Amino acid sequence: MKILVAVKRVIDYNVKVRVKPDQSGVELANVKMAMNPFDEIAVEQAIRFKESGAADEVIALSIGAPQAQETIRTALAMGADRGIHVEASHDTEPLAIAKIIKAVVEKESPGLILMGKQAIDDDSNQTGQMLATLLDYPQATFASGVEIAGDKLNIIREVDSGLEHITCPMPAVVTVDLRLNEPRYASLPNIMKAKKKPIDALSLDELGVDAGQRLKTLKVEEPPAREAGIIVDSVDTLVDKLKNEAKVI
Amino acid sequence: MSILVIAEHNHNEIQAPTLHTITAGVQIGGDVTVLVAGHNADKAADAAAKIAGVKAVFHADAPEYANGVAENLVPLIANLAGDYTHILAPATTYGKNILPGVAAKLDVAQISDIIRVDSPDTFQRPIYAGNALATVQSGEAVKVITIRTTAFEPAAESGGSASVSKIDATGDAKKSNFVKSELSSSDRPELTSAKIVVSGGRGMQDGANFAMLEKIADKLNAAVGASRAAVDAGFVPNEYQVGQTGKVVAPDLYIAVGISGAIQHLAGMKDSKVIVAINKDEEAPIFQVADYGLVADLFDAIPELDGKLG
Ligand SMILES: Cc1cc2nc3c(=O)[nH]c(=O)nc-3n(C[C@H](O)[C@H](O)[C@H](O)COP(=O)(O)OP(=O)(O)OC[C@H]3O[C@@H](n4cnc5c(N)ncnc54)[C@H](O)[C@@H]3O)c2cc1C
Ligand SMILES: Nc1ncnc2c1ncn2[C@@H]1O[C@H](COP(=O)(O)O)[C@@H](O)[C@H]1O
Repeated sequence: MKILVAVKRVIDYNVKVRVKPDQSGVELANVKMAMNPFDEIAVEQAIRFKESGAADEVIALSIGAPQAQETIRTALAMGADRGIHVEASHDTEPLAIAKIIKAVVEKESPGLILMGKQAIDDDSNQTGQMLATLLDYPQATFASGVEIAGDKLNIIREVDSGLEHITCPMPAVVTVDLRLNEPRYASLPNIMKAKKKPIDALSLDELGVDAGQRLKTLKVEEPPAREAGIIVDSVDTLVDKLKNEAKVI
Repeated sequence: MSILVIAEHNHNEIQAPTLHTITAGVQIGGDVTVLVAGHNADKAADAAAKIAGVKAVFHADAPEYANGVAENLVPLIANLAGDYTHILAPATTYGKNILPGVAAKLDVAQISDIIRVDSPDTFQRPIYAGNALATVQSGEAVKVITIRTTAFEPAAESGGSASVSKIDATGDAKKSNFVKSELSSSDRPELTSAKIVVSGGRGMQDGANFAMLEKIADKLNAAVGASRAAVDAGFVPNEYQVGQTGKVVAPDLYIAVGISGAIQHLAGMKDSKVIVAINKDEEAPIFQVADYGLVADLFDAIPELDGKLG
């Protein structure tokens, strides 16, 4: 079985993002980029399935600027077998991303598609669900446990009220949550080996997908700053302030 | 304008996130219809009809809607879409799970997690863990939107007198199967609707120490939350997590104990009215958003605070 993992190149989660002065977006020039943290978890899970014999090939797919190939290399260094890069604008919306992934699924016929639950740049949390619907596949979102049992998946999902257990047949789309696993670091030998692994380039034309923008971003601004607070010297002062100044207890 | 709100409910009651979503619908303008899809959820449908601002309720009753399975709900909602300019759901795990599929089925873009309605086609939403706010305009015929509940007041649970009409189910897609849920039961208020939230982080050191926070929470009628680090370490269950990828809360009072204040955590609580931080490291970034900071060892400060709350 093949596993397809969708990996997005985003601003590193440690970077404090800055809004551009002209309010057209956030500053991307000279900013450290990395694989979306949820996607690292998805890659890790795919590799574990390969190591356990449940899968025999792991394909990492990224859609975006040419530099998205670096993100694919990271997945290859972690242990993915080959990559697919589809060149598209950085601002491609989740619906178009889902259509592109669908087109790749139709070429590759993976048994399982693993993705992050959310990209930490647009915070959309849409793509996996859209893909499942477009493919008419089962969907399992926010997974903190994924087990392959024959041709079925046993999934544990993190939901607002606790955990939910579901099962579904494969092929299926699974979006992963933070607690599924701890992604490995790529070792130096594996980083070297990854350089030789193939990355295929596919174009939007070849895939027949229209990735045009549906939404218009009119403005991107900084959130209002909170007013500076004070440091209190004791628990007594804290209780007094909460009772008599803020009047919240 | 005509607005369809997808209700989150537990078959007996309409849950709070839906009330906030209805307010967003009223702000967009036009008539608000609520869809209650469930199994034996008559009580929830009746409750929806009483909510202020609701003009009509659709009730779809079938076993395949018993557990919020997206593959069953998406076709039901997409079938209704033709009559609406907007389809709204709360940005909870329930709403996030089903709405993108509806958008995909309708071939329209979705706008996630809006915090402001500027006009029927223009909305504001946080991106990059709330470090930037984007104003987004949609030209789609049907606008499919999830609502950040903390940004909209809840609609009143009474005052409405909508009619309830039964609608046909669309069948079981036979895709994923619900097996069971593991819900932790608590008598404390729900995290996202509590007026006061007391959250613990890695500084709590272990799960047993959360009992100290629970005592304070009980005195203040507060909910207990946590940072990701505390959840990852197994101190508390996942549903306690506050942040970019957990729950977003905006209570009157948020008390952060042994939490450093990473941007991903701040994303989930920085719109709280009053923020208190208790941390032994005076450099901790949480102090930059705190109205009242106490630089102290929590193992001294929390028992003392507990005592002084009477
Ligand atoms: C993709 C992604 C998503 C994330 N989503 C979230 C999210 O939704 N929510 C979230 O919270 N985090 C999230 N994080 C994690 C986030 O980056 C931080 O790692 C996390 O918030 C840190 O938790 P913490 O503050 O409890 O732990 P730490 O950063 O370790 O801070 C512990 C604090 O406790 C203090 N302390 C220790 N002992 C004591 C004591 N005895 N008395 C007083 N103070 C003490 C320390 O001074 C320190 O400031 C996410 C990260 C990623 C990559
Ligand atoms: N440009 C992209 N390339 C590859 N995968 C993507 C891309 N955008 C989104 N994804 C996948 O979809 C998930 C959810 O993204 P989003 O819906 O944007 O929050 C991510 O975690 C990725 O797995």
